[in-house]
Amino acid sequence: MASLKTLLTKPWIWSFAGALLVWLATIAFTGGYGAGGMVTAALSLAVFTVIVGVGQMFVITLGPGNVDLSLPANIGLASAVAMKVMGGSDAMIVVGLLAALACGAAIGAINYLLIWALRIPPIIATLSASFIIQSVDISYGRGLQIKPPPGFADFTNWQVLGIPVLAMLTVLFTIGAAIALQRMIYGRSVLAIGQNIRAAWLAGVNVGRIRFLTYTLSGALGGIDGALLAGYFRGANVDIGNEYLLASIAVVVIGGTSVAGGKANVPGVWGAALFLVLLLTMLNTFGVSAGVRLLLTGLIIVGVITAAGGEKAVR
Amino acid sequence: MAAGNTGIIRLGGAEKQFGAATLDVVRLDGAEKHFGAVRALGGVDFHVGPGECVGLVGHNGAGKSTLMHMVAGTLTPDSGTIGVHGVIEENYSVSRAQQLGIRCVFQELSLCPNLSVAENTRINHASLSGFGWRRKAAELIAAKLDEIFPDHGISAWDIVGDLSIGRRQMVEVARAFTVTQDRLDLVILDEPTSSLDAHTAGQLLAFVRRFVAGGKSCILISHVLGEVLRNADRIVVMRDGKMVASDAAGAFDRDRLVTVMGGAEARQKTAAQAAAAKPGASPLRVRARPAGQTDGKELVARAGEIIGLAGLAGHGQTDLLLRIFGATARAKAGIEVTAPVALVAGDRQSDGIFPQWSIAQNIGIRSLARLRNGLLISPRREAELADAWKKKIGIRTPDMDNNIFSLSGGNQQKALFARALGSDAEIVLMDDPMRGVDIGTKLEVYDLVREEAGRGRTFLWYTTETEELDNCDHIYVFKNGRIVANLTRDELTEEKIIQSSFGDAA
Repeated sequence: MASLKTLLTKPWIWSFAGALLVWLATIAFTGGYGAGGMVTAALSLAVFTVIVGVGQMFVITLGPGNVDLSLPANIGLASAVAMKVMGGSDAMIVVGLLAALACGAAIGAINYLLIWALRIPPIIATLSASFIIQSVDISYGRGLQIKPPPGFADFTNWQVLGIPVLAMLTVLFTIGAAIALQRMIYGRSVLAIGQNIRAAWLAGVNVGRIRFLTYTLSGALGGIDGALLAGYFRGANVDIGNEYLLASIAVVVIGGTSVAGGKANVPGVWGAALFLVLLLTMLNTFGVSAGVRLLLTGLIIVGVITAAGGEKAVR
Repeated sequence: MAAGNTGIIRLGGAEKQFGAATLDVVRLDGAEKHFGAVRALGGVDFHVGPGECVGLVGHNGAGKSTLMHMVAGTLTPDSGTIGVHGVIEENYSVSRAQQLGIRCVFQELSLCPNLSVAENTRINHASLSGFGWRRKAAELIAAKLDEIFPDHGISAWDIVGDLSIGRRQMVEVARAFTVTQDRLDLVILDEPTSSLDAHTAGQLLAFVRRFVAGGKSCILISHVLGEVLRNADRIVVMRDGKMVASDAAGAFDRDRLVTVMGGAEARQKTAAQAAAAKPGASPLRVRARPAGQTDGKELVARAGEIIGLAGLAGHGQTDLLLRIFGATARAKAGIEVTAPVALVAGDRQSDGIFPQWSIAQNIGIRSLARLRNGLLISPRREAELADAWKKKIGIRTPDMDNNIFSLSGGNQQKALFARALGSDAEIVLMDDPMRGVDIGTKLEVYDLVREEAGRGRTFLWYTTETEELDNCDHIYVFKNGRIVANLTRDELTEEKIIQSSFGDAA
C-alpha cells in the first residue's frame, strides 16, 4: 500500500479525513437518513468558504503577520453593490458581478496601500479598513434589502444530479489556483516571499508587486463571494460575511497551509471547508446547545490541527 | 603526547582513572556514524589533551562537523566510545558536555535574533537568575567581549538581529568563553573567523593562544589553512569520514596540508591566469558612489572585470552592493547600472536560502521567466538548469529535488552561485560568499568566476579574505562607508589594505 502511505504524507488528507469522519458520525446517528442531502448542502455552503479561503491562503502564505481581516466587511459591501447594480434585472447579472469584483479588488488594493504607504502591519491595516468599509456599507445600503434577479438566485442554487453547479465551478477555480501557486511565477514568488522576504528580494522577486497582487486578489475573491452569497441567500445584508473572518483563516490552517508562510495547500482548503460545514451540521443534528457547539467546534479544530501538524524535520 | 595518552583502563567493565595531569580532556575511540546510507564517520580515534589547540581541517563533508557534534554531545555515535577527563561517558549529552566544561561555537550561528546580546548570554547560564539577571549577563558578556575583541563596538543591549553577521559571530564566540558555575576546559571553534575581517580574526586567535597557554584546550576548525598552521599545536586532517593525518603543526606546511586533504591541486595558476590583459575600453557596467562619499571617489566596473571590495568587515561594502542591487529596480542617486544584476549572498540563512524548497527550486528562482513554457514554469526546463549547474559547479547530491538543507554548507553556497551564474545577469554581486567554504570548493568557484568574467560578465566581490583579492583586477578599500583607496592588482598587498583600512583618510 505504497500509494496509501504517500497519501498519508499529504498535509491536506487530514481535513478530508475529518470531513468524512464527521459525515459518517452524523449519518450513523440519523440511521442513514439524509446522507446525500447532507453532502449537497455541505458542498453548497463550503463553496463560499473555499472562495475566500483561497484568497486568504495566498495572503497568509506571504509570511508571518500577513492576514486579510477585511474580508467580512468586504463581502458585505460587495453583496450590496452587486444587488444594487443588478437591480433585480437578469440582464444586469454580469455587470453586477463585475461591479462586485471591482469593489472587492479596490478594497484589496487599498489594504495594500495602507500597509505599504503607511507601514501599518497588515492585521491593523485590514482591520481598520474593515471598519471604514462597514460604515460605507451601512450608509450605502441603508434600509433597503435588495433581492437578486431571479436568474441569478436560480443560478447560485442550481444543482445537477445533486451536485451544486457553483461547487463544480469552484473546483475548476481551485484547480486553477493550485496551478498558479505551483507552476506560475506569481505563485512561486508568493512562496519565496513567505519563506524569506529578504532572500526573495535579493533573488530578484518583485516583492512589492507580488504583495500588492495578493491583497488585491484576496479582495477581489471577497467581492465575488459577496455577490454569490447575496444570490444564494436571496438578498444582500451587512452581516452576510461575518462568519467568514474566522472561517477563512480556519480553513487555511486546517487545510495544511503553514501559518509561518511559504507553504500553501489548495486542496486542503476544500477539505477543511467541508469539514467545518459538516461539523456544524453534525452538532446541530445531535441537538447540542449553542455553547457546547462552540466549545466542541474549537476543540475539534485544535485536534485536527494537532493531528495534521506533525511537521517532519527536514534534516 | 599522542602515545602516552591512554588514561582509561577497563577492569571488568569498571573504569578507573589515574595520572590526572595527563588525562585527555576528550577522547573518542572508533567513533562511527551513518546517516541512512551515507557514512559520515567511519571509525575515528580522536583526542584532545589539556593545554592543547588542535586544528581540524578537511573538505566540506569530510566529517569534521559530525565529529565535533559528537564531542559536543549533539550527536551520539552509532558505535565507539567517548571519554571525558578520563571517564567513559555512557549517556553523553549536550547538558553533560556543558557540565564537563565542553562548549562549542558552531558554524550555523545559534543566537536568537530577537533577543539582546545579554539575553542570549543568559541562555547558556542558568545560574544568572533573580532580580537583575539581565545586568549580570550584560556585565559577563561585555567583559568577555572586551577581553577578546577590544574596541568591538557592541553593546550588551543590542538586539542580535540588528548586528552584522561579523558582530554576531563575535558575540557567539565570546559567549562560549564566558564562565559562571560550570567549568570550562574545551572550546570547539567551528569556522570562528569566517565572517571576521583580518583584524578581529587576529584578536580572536591571539586570545585562543592565551586561553591555551592557561592550560585549557581548544579545537580549531578553519578553511583558512594559514590560521590553522599558525595557531594549532597539532593538526588533524579528515577526509571522507576518516582521519588521514595527525601530527604536530610544525610538521605541516600549506602544500602538505592541501595534498593530504586531497582534491585541490595547482593553486598557483591563479595569479598568472588572471593577469591576462583586459581591454581597457570595454563597456561600462557599474558606476557607483557610496552614500557618504564626499570627495568624488567612485567605483567603476566594466564588462569582463572582477572588482574587489576590501577593508574591515562592515565598513560599507555590503551597503554599497545592496544599493547597486536596489538601483536596478528604482534609480538611486550616484549609481548607474547598465545590465541585469544578480547577487550571491554570504549570509546564506538570512539572505539566500529558501528552506522549504528543493535544490533545483532554489537555483531556478532567479530565472523563472526563462524557465516558462507559455504561462507555466516548465518542470523539465527547471530540472535541466539545475542538472547543468550540478555538473558545472559540482554540487554533491544524489538528487537535485532533495531539500536544500540536505546539502552541506559549502554545497548550499554552490547552489547560490548556480542561482546567480545560471541567470541572465551580466553583473554579479558577491557579498563575502566564501564564508566557511572549503578550499577545494573555493578554487573551483574562483576558476568559474574567472571563466565567466572572460565571457564578459562583471563581478563585484566583497571579501574578508585578502587572498581572494588576488583574483580581482581592481580593488577598492572601504572605511567608514567610504572608498579610501583604489588599487590595481599589481599594487595589492595585505599591508596596503590594512594601512588603508586603519589610515586616517577622512
